[in-house]
Amino acid sequence: METLRLEGVHKSYAVGTPVETEVLHGVDLVLARGEFAALIGPSGSGKSTLLNVIGLLDQPTGGRVFIEGSETGTLGDADLTRLRGRAIGFVFQHHYLLPEFSALENVMMPVLAARGRPDDEMRQTAAALLDRVGLTPWRDKKATHISGGQQQRVAIARSLAMKPALVLADEPTGNLDTRSADGVFDVLRDINEASGTTFLIVTHDARLAQRCDRIIELVDGRIVSDRPNAHVVRHS
Amino acid sequence: MSRLAFFELIVAFRFMREGLTQTFLIILGVGLGGGVIIFMSAALAGLEGNVVRRTLNFMAPIVILPPEQVARPLRAGAQEEFAAQVQPRSQQLRSIDQWQKIRDQVERTPGVVALAAVVSGPGFALRGDASRAVTVTGIEPEAYFRVIALDEKIVDGRTDLGPTDIIIGIELAKDLGASVGDKVRLTTATGAATTLTVSGTFDFGNKGVNAGTVYIALRSAQSLLDLVGGVSAMQVRVSDPFAAERIAETLRAAAPVKVDSWIRTNAEFFTAMAAQIMTNTLIRVFVGLTIALGIASVLVVSVIQKSREIGILRAMGTSREQILRVFLIQGGFMGLAGSVLGSALAWGFLMLWRTVARNADGTPMFIIEAEPWLFVAAAVGSMGVGLLAAVVPARRAARLDPVVAIRS
Repeated sequence: METLRLEGVHKSYAVGTPVETEVLHGVDLVLARGEFAALIGPSGSGKSTLLNVIGLLDQPTGGRVFIEGSETGTLGDADLTRLRGRAIGFVFQHHYLLPEFSALENVMMPVLAARGRPDDEMRQTAAALLDRVGLTPWRDKKATHISGGQQQRVAIARSLAMKPALVLADEPTGNLDTRSADGVFDVLRDINEASGTTFLIVTHDARLAQRCDRIIELVDGRIVSDRPNAHVVRHS
Repeated sequence: MSRLAFFELIVAFRFMREGLTQTFLIILGVGLGGGVIIFMSAALAGLEGNVVRRTLNFMAPIVILPPEQVARPLRAGAQEEFAAQVQPRSQQLRSIDQWQKIRDQVERTPGVVALAAVVSGPGFALRGDASRAVTVTGIEPEAYFRVIALDEKIVDGRTDLGPTDIIIGIELAKDLGASVGDKVRLTTATGAATTLTVSGTFDFGNKGVNAGTVYIALRSAQSLLDLVGGVSAMQVRVSDPFAAERIAETLRAAAPVKVDSWIRTNAEFFTAMAAQIMTNTLIRVFVGLTIALGIASVLVVSVIQKSREIGILRAMGTSREQILRVFLIQGGFMGLAGSVLGSALAWGFLMLWRTVARNADGTPMFIIEAEPWLFVAAAVGSMGVGLLAAVVPARRAARLDPVVAIRS
């Protein structure tokens, strides 16, 4: 079953002006359920733009985006927001946790936004997710009172709170030291294997890319290489 | 409360708690402004109330009198003036023509609550060697008390008036050396004289009135002032004293009488009062505006500070409407919390005022009542101002592009 399908996706900025720039030139991509794929490419190749388009944070200027078989081009802002909240989880290079809330509350936040009122089930699910990323002892600490690696783990737990079909990670280990980065990557891998969640991970780190099942290379807004990784290193 | 608003409440209060100093300072600012508005409103209402109380204590809002007598010079011809100079006529004491008919007409006029027909004219009160010029007012006690609460001002004696009774002010009683039960002789310009018994003394809180007014029974006054069967004035009480002039105009148009309202009689005072109300209102409007701008500026800064958080909340599936409500709640709460503080401050100001603003004899300069509706209005108003002030920053937050917000 397909989690994501892109058909001829184009993305231009400053459309209709003399400085119009096309960043994505007809990208086609399919991610099946449970895939663990790396998106690599040099700076300025359009990786983050592609991730934003896939994550419904940005609209393509051409082509079609399907999430779990539904075309997104016809949806309005409110429906896109709902679909994004339900089907897609985000992990950014910076954790972007809400400093006003504890680790547990941050993980609960996407579900709270969708349901409106906290309940025990929500709390238990969030606690289980934090346990999965090894942060049970820190769950009541404020997001600003834990280490960088721990913050990123909280961000991963938060991205899984709505049980999304697809998690998009933009340089999730970019701000971490090697040891913490390996730890975070292990967590992503474990979740993928345990829950079958599809992951698309943007990374500059060739070593981490080698730990993914599939490596997609984007250069100048075009996919120049898309291959399965025959020598995948599953755990650090 | 809707299910969805709960999330917004949690986020809004956490945002405010995180910026506690900022939140506290703006609530303090709103509180000070709100306190000033409440105090000024209470002072203005108090001033109006005191004016009504003090003036209408001894004065009817509307007094109906016979029309003024005017000189009508004879003319020699159509074009030619007969007299080079026309002197104004002296005004005689006389009855209102067909006063019973006019009374019935006035009583049917909307806004009129009570009417008392009186006979009033000059006279002298004499006792022993002492004599004082007084205004003799003949009344029917029951009707008169509905217009002027003389019965509540009696400090000694009775309120009923027999044919030989007289009620005098405490100053006159002092001047004549008379007290309840003593005889006082009353004479008028027509030469009529009668001896009456002091049945009561009153205190209107006004020295002039207390020294120069006496009340006797209507029939006694009619014979004393040579107006048998007639009345020289009708005093009218209205439901809204500030509508007196409007009602007076209606009465003027309806009957051939002279109608004075207390607003016209005290015209200068009311002009000063209108200026006072306008100044006061302007100050309150500007203070309200300052409060709104204060809340708006704090929230604008907050939106900038929180743009990444807003971006991530949007990426997680939070709708634009939810973000909008998060900031509207903050604005509304700042206004409401500020008004609670402002109410407390205003209460404090009012208590202080009551202690400080006193006459030399220790009586209050004027009473300011802390009306509960004023505090409720302040709370609702402040919350409204807070919500309005939050509209621009909240819309700005709701419109933030999550991609731009996260990257910023």
